[in-house]
Amino acid sequence: MPDSPATRAAAATPVRVARKIRGLSDRAIAWIFVAPTIFLLLAINIFPLIWTINLSFTNFKANRIGREVKNVGLRNYERILTDSDIWLNMQATAHFLFWTIFFQVLIGFTLAYLINKKFKGNDLWTTIIVLPMMLSPAVVGNFWKFLYQPQIGLFNYIVAFFTGKDPSSFEMLGSVNLAPWSIVIVDTWMWTPFVMLICLAGLRSIPDYIYEAAEVDRASKLRQFFTITIPMVLPFLMLAVLFRGIENFKMFDLVVQLTGGGPGSTTELTSINLKREAFEKWRTGYASAYAIILFVTVFGLASIYVKALNKVKER
Amino acid sequence: MSHFFAGLLRLKRGPWEMVATILIGLGVFMLMQPFVLWAYTYSFIVTLVGTVMFIIVSHFPE
Repeated sequence: MPDSPATRAAAATPVRVARKIRGLSDRAIAWIFVAPTIFLLLAINIFPLIWTINLSFTNFKANRIGREVKNVGLRNYERILTDSDIWLNMQATAHFLFWTIFFQVLIGFTLAYLINKKFKGNDLWTTIIVLPMMLSPAVVGNFWKFLYQPQIGLFNYIVAFFTGKDPSSFEMLGSVNLAPWSIVIVDTWMWTPFVMLICLAGLRSIPDYIYEAAEVDRASKLRQFFTITIPMVLPFLMLAVLFRGIENFKMFDLVVQLTGGGPGSTTELTSINLKREAFEKWRTGYASAYAIILFVTVFGLASIYVKALNKVKER
Repeated sequence: MSHFFAGLLRLKRGPWEMVATILIGLGVFMLMQPFVLWAYTYSFIVTLVGTVMFIIVSHFPE
C-alpha cells in the first residue's frame, strides 16, 4: 500500500471509529464534516439575529435583567422612524457614504491605472500607497486629530499655504460645516489603497493581446480605455464599492476617534448613535429595532449589488 | 413594456426582480433623503417589502 497522507490518516483512525464510519453513506459522512460549520453559523449568526428581532418588539434593558420585559409591539420601530434626530443621523451617514465611495473609486482607480504602467520604482510606490490601509483605525484617528489641529496641525498649514488663509482661522473637527468633510478626507486617505489594489487586480487581469488587437484595428487610446479597460475592470470596481459601502455603513471606530460624533451631532453616524442607545442609554429593545432597520437596508442593497455583479460578470 | 407586464403575470424572475430592486432603491433613498420626514417614516416598510420580495422572486423561473 503506498504511503500517502490518506493511508496514514486511515491508519491513525481508531479501529472502533473506522468501523462506524465504514457503515455510513457518503451523504452521512458529508453531513458529519459540514455539521460543525452549520452549528457555528447557527450559533454565531442566525441565533443572535433571531434573538435581536425578538428583542426589537420588547422594552428589554440589558442593564436591568430582573425587570419584567413587556412586549411593546411595533412601538420601537414607530419611535425610531418618526425621530427627526435619527433622520439627521441617517443623512450624515448618507453624506459620508456617498462622498467616501465617490472619492475612493475616483482616486483609487486613477492610482491603479498609473501604477499599472510599467515604470521604475513601481513596486516601491505600491507599497508606500498601501501603507495607510495597514494602520489601525484608532491610530489613524489619533494622528489625523493632530494633523487637523488649528494651531500646530500640518493639514491646516497646507490648506493655508494654498489658499492664503490663516491656519488657525478654521477648525476642521470643530466646525459644523467642515467636520463631515474631515471624516470623509480621513476615510478616503485610509481606504483608497484598498480600492486601488482591487482595481489593480482588475487591470492586471486584462490580457495584452486585447489591446494589441485594438491597436491593429487602429482604436485610439481613449476608445481602448472606454471599450476595453472600463468594462473589464467594472466587476472589480463594483466589488470594491460593495465592500466599502457595507464597511462605511457600519463605520464607527475612525469617526469616534476623530470627532466622537460632534460637533453637536453633525458627524454622528447611525452606528455611533446605535452604540449610544444600546450601551449608554441601555435601551436594548429600542437599539435592537434600530439594528434591524440598518440590517434590512444593508441586506437589501447587498442583494441588488450581488445580482448586478453577477450580471456584469456574465457579460 | 407589455413584455414586462406579461413577465409579471407569468411570474418570471426578471420583471419581478426589477420591481423588488426598485422598491429597495426607493426605500434606501427615502431613508436617507433630507427633504420630507414622512418619506423617512415609510422608508423601512418599503425596503423590507422590497428585500423580502427579492428573496422570494429570486427563486422564480427565468
